[in-house]
Amino acid sequence: MTGILQFLKGCGRQIKTGNRAYFAWLAALSVAIVIGVIAYVHQAQVGLIATNIRDQVSWAFYIGNFTFLVGVAAAAVLLVIPAYVYHWGPLKEVVLLGELLAISALAMCLLFIMVDMGRPDRLLHMFPLIGTPNWPRSLLAWDALVLNLYLILNVVVVVYILFQSYAGKETNKKILLPLVLISIPVSISTHTVTAFLYNGMAARPYWNASILAPRFLASAFCSGPAVMIILFQILRKTTRIPIKDEAIWKLAELMAYAMFINLFLLGAELFKEFYSQTQELRYTQYFWFGLGKHRALVPYAWSSLLASVAAFFIFLVPKLRQNWVTLNLGCLLIWSGVYIEKGLGLVIPGMTPDTLGEIYEYRPTLVEWSIALGIFGVGFLVFTILVKISVPILAGTFKTSGATPASH
Amino acid sequence: MSPRNPLPVVPDAPIDLAPDLREHDVDPERRAFLRTAAAGAALASLAGCGGLTMEEFFRRHFKELTPGQVKRVLARVEASNKERFGRDTKVTAEGPMEGVEFGYGLDLSRCIGCRRCVYACVKENNQSREYPQIQWIRVLEMDKEGGVDVSHAEQYYEPATVPRPGKFYFPVQCQQCRNPPCVKACPTQATWKEKDGIVVVDYDWCIGCRCCMAACPYGARHFNLAEPTLPAAELNPRQHYLGNRPRPKGVVEKCTFCIQRSRNGRYPACVEACPVGARKFGNLLDPQSEIRQVMETKRVFVFKEELATHPQFYYFYAT
Ligand code: SF4
Ligand code: SF4
Repeated sequence: MTGILQFLKGCGRQIKTGNRAYFAWLAALSVAIVIGVIAYVHQAQVGLIATNIRDQVSWAFYIGNFTFLVGVAAAAVLLVIPAYVYHWGPLKEVVLLGELLAISALAMCLLFIMVDMGRPDRLLHMFPLIGTPNWPRSLLAWDALVLNLYLILNVVVVVYILFQSYAGKETNKKILLPLVLISIPVSISTHTVTAFLYNGMAARPYWNASILAPRFLASAFCSGPAVMIILFQILRKTTRIPIKDEAIWKLAELMAYAMFINLFLLGAELFKEFYSQTQELRYTQYFWFGLGKHRALVPYAWSSLLASVAAFFIFLVPKLRQNWVTLNLGCLLIWSGVYIEKGLGLVIPGMTPDTLGEIYEYRPTLVEWSIALGIFGVGFLVFTILVKISVPILAGTFKTSGATPASH
Repeated sequence: MSPRNPLPVVPDAPIDLAPDLREHDVDPERRAFLRTAAAGAALASLAGCGGLTMEEFFRRHFKELTPGQVKRVLARVEASNKERFGRDTKVTAEGPMEGVEFGYGLDLSRCIGCRRCVYACVKENNQSREYPQIQWIRVLEMDKEGGVDVSHAEQYYEPATVPRPGKFYFPVQCQQCRNPPCVKACPTQATWKEKDGIVVVDYDWCIGCRCCMAACPYGARHFNLAEPTLPAAELNPRQHYLGNRPRPKGVVEKCTFCIQRSRNGRYPACVEACPVGARKFGNLLDPQSEIRQVMETKRVFVFKEELATHPQFYYFYAT
């Protein structure tokens, strides 16, 4: 007990110390969270009518953000594979940071699902024993299962690594390796099941394409590592964790390949739609060119494509990916490209026009933007705090004061 | 912020009816189409026991409730109706009848697009009137030249008179699919298909995730974006638990073939309201029923057959 108390106190100390930039960052996140909370209270009072969700476009911005973040969460852990293959040195650190990112992304995923629900008070109806989950037929029920499993796995790995380091002990490869190996297929399955959630809907031809799940994975390999590249640079500057330049460059190179596959799959889809010109072209057309005067998403579509292609070239050319300015620019571009593609670009055209041919032009309301801002605030806050506590533990500067571990 | 694009409240368009069709509506009770009807056990009771919020919270799935528990649930709904609308209501939960499977037929050659069915449905089924405006039946106006094709469908037509030249009308509501994608998608089993073919929603179990709306190919499911607006004076007091009882905010609803009527041997409100007799309804298992007669003498088709939802709702052209 005293050990845990001491640990918590230590954590508090870690969180409370930092430079000015750190506190400014925390303040900015708190503002975002407060805005989000205010907006959500309003939405909870009046209902989802505070959003621009309607019967025609019944899933929208929240679900798009959820989809994007599932990708971030999945890819973060998959980094373990290249880290292992290419001997990036501090494998444990890479694993841990990836898992921390995954935990934060999953927290945001769950929050986005919660704010999208009409009756969050009845969430329990989805859980086994207390509720009546529709297994194995409903894909949302599956998604809830794999996402929670993934979350638990990540938490276990993180707690294990941190606890061992905190206690001044080595991590046992025999325990860690199987856990990491299990989390790889689970991470892939979270993303695949989320893709299937859309993919399985025959009523929505835009989603009902088998290319969807592969595209999800390809784009996840772009967005997840982008965060890691930026994080690695910050950590190298502020801590003693040794991350080699080569590791970062290799990551950028891998992202270029992932982006190539993503763009190739996109091209294959576009070819099929525009060449065969069936009824189903309407959804794709709405996204890229608009239907008549309905063109709300067109600017998003092209800026997403532009950002993705630009990032692809930056990461492909060694000179550009080894230049820190262009590298970070590439990360931003890839992040925004995939964010649009997996957010608005996937969900909205799937429902526009709707199943009876009506075109309802959806744009997020201020409330939706504010709630999303708040959730990102929570996610980044969780991530910041987790990193703030974990890094000194890994670096060995934050450990148990007793000569022997306080508890076991 | 983008416009909300609410559904317009369209007044009954003045229509020109052939005189012989004007008195089309016959007393529904006289046209007892449910020959095989067995009296469903009426579970409703007025046993009053309020303040059951905890019970509500820890309640089990509707299908797992014992008759006694159902009774209490119904009493609770009646009590909450009283609180919300200040009116006495009768909420029942009659189950499906033995040997009955409902089928619906819509005669596209007769429909004139007047939307009387839409308003009769709204009234009968206690739908939210405005903001959000919910209508379970959507009448699509399509070009005669284009045939049945939603890419040139218009729902918001407002001409002085209907039908408009060159147009035909294609009403869509829940098709009560035999292979319902909505039921498959629902993560909580809050929506299911009953033995008589009606796909129902338990508004007390639905979590409002809207998976079912994404899955439905017919735009048949509607979401209570806000607390429904329903004037107390317009409340229909004869209610079914799985049908037209007033809905709370944040749940999904849909056409139930007027479960509160059809399970009592009555026609759905839309069938009665149609001034041209375009709507047919009956028991698919009864060879003498109106719907079976239609299938026998006309050729029927189902909407979006390529999706293999196998609707219990048929379209046909009588002439
Ligand atoms: S029409 Fe839609 S709501 Fe009705 S059963 Fe079929 S899928 Fe479900
Ligand atoms: S909105 Fe309700 S009925 Fe529809 S899938 Fe979700 S829980 Fe089921």
